[in-house]
Amino acid sequence: MSAGTQAWPEDVFRVLKEAGVGIVGYVPDAGHKRLIELCHGDSATRAVVLSTEEEGIGLAAGAWLGGRRSALLMQSSGVGNCVNALGMVRECRFPLLMLVTMRGEFGEFNPWQVPMGQATPAVLSSMDVVVHPARSAAEVAPTVNAAARLAFGSYQAVAVLISQGVIGIKSFQEQAAQ
Amino acid sequence: MSELLRRRDVVARLLDGRGELLVVAGLGSTAWDCTAAGDSALTFPLWGAMGNAAMIGLGLALARPERRVLVVTGDGEMLMGLGSLATIGVQKPRNLAVVVIDNERYGETGMQATHTAAGVDLAGAALACGFAAASRIRAAAELDALRAAIHGGEGPLFAQVKVRAEKLPLVLPPRDGVLLKARFRRALLGEAADLE
Repeated sequence: MSAGTQAWPEDVFRVLKEAGVGIVGYVPDAGHKRLIELCHGDSATRAVVLSTEEEGIGLAAGAWLGGRRSALLMQSSGVGNCVNALGMVRECRFPLLMLVTMRGEFGEFNPWQVPMGQATPAVLSSMDVVVHPARSAAEVAPTVNAAARLAFGSYQAVAVLISQGVIGIKSFQEQAAQ
Repeated sequence: MSELLRRRDVVARLLDGRGELLVVAGLGSTAWDCTAAGDSALTFPLWGAMGNAAMIGLGLALARPERRVLVVTGDGEMLMGLGSLATIGVQKPRNLAVVVIDNERYGETGMQATHTAAGVDLAGAALACGFAAASRIRAAAELDALRAAIHGGEGPLFAQVKVRAEKLPLVLPPRDGVLLKARFRRALLGEAADLE
């Protein structure tokens, strides 16, 4: 992996800023560690730690009602928690930008992650969330940029699925060391 | 013990002269209560997304720190999003109030008892989560102070208002989600919101 592609969280953060995102809800994932730090470190970004992912759907809806753009960060295991709340997003046509780090997908070591990880694209699609995969580090920021345009320009719910291959965690030991 | 408050009276009192107050109404009876008090473009009534009313209020409060935001929801709806009390407690929005109209019942599904009927203390939970103030209200005399706090008190505020378990005539707001969203944004942000 080159130094350039390792900086994808910095690039994504810049894309979010350029898109006018001022509120970022998140349930932590190791793959989002750096991006979460960048959000907390920026006085113009309100980083909101959530107790469950579906809270982030309400947060994003409320922010849009108030005229602010937001993004929602989570691991793929949290996508299932959002399903009923995504019904509101569809019915009200709220723009929604989700950045989902994948587990249970590319070289997973925890079998309990596999069912939800494998179901993630279908679950999102079933609720009319547009799915944009990002399979390499170099693809992540441009994909988030396109997703932000689709979300806020065309009032769509969009999820960028950041491949486990990009995150690169291959064992419990590596995860614990994050 | 004196007779329990009636939910429509409570909500009408809290929304009387609401001015610039932004309101999120939880699904079911609290949405009907808010509509009975007067349909408003600055009320966002929910017809679904159970458990998310307080979080929509938080998003709104963070987006518009210069405006007061009130979430009016039921005990069953609040119980489904109990974690959001912790999330709000972390963010501490000074302009947010959450009022639970607590009839100790799931009103839309056959009046089954909720957890509050067994004594679960939502106000205590809100206080433990870091709300600036949380009260349990049983008397009409306490409503004026609550109304004043909603409009000008230091938030986040929480109130659990114990009300009579009663089935009332439905007073329904519009149910088209796109309409509810668009009229709220236009009333709050002006016609420019249509072009964003």
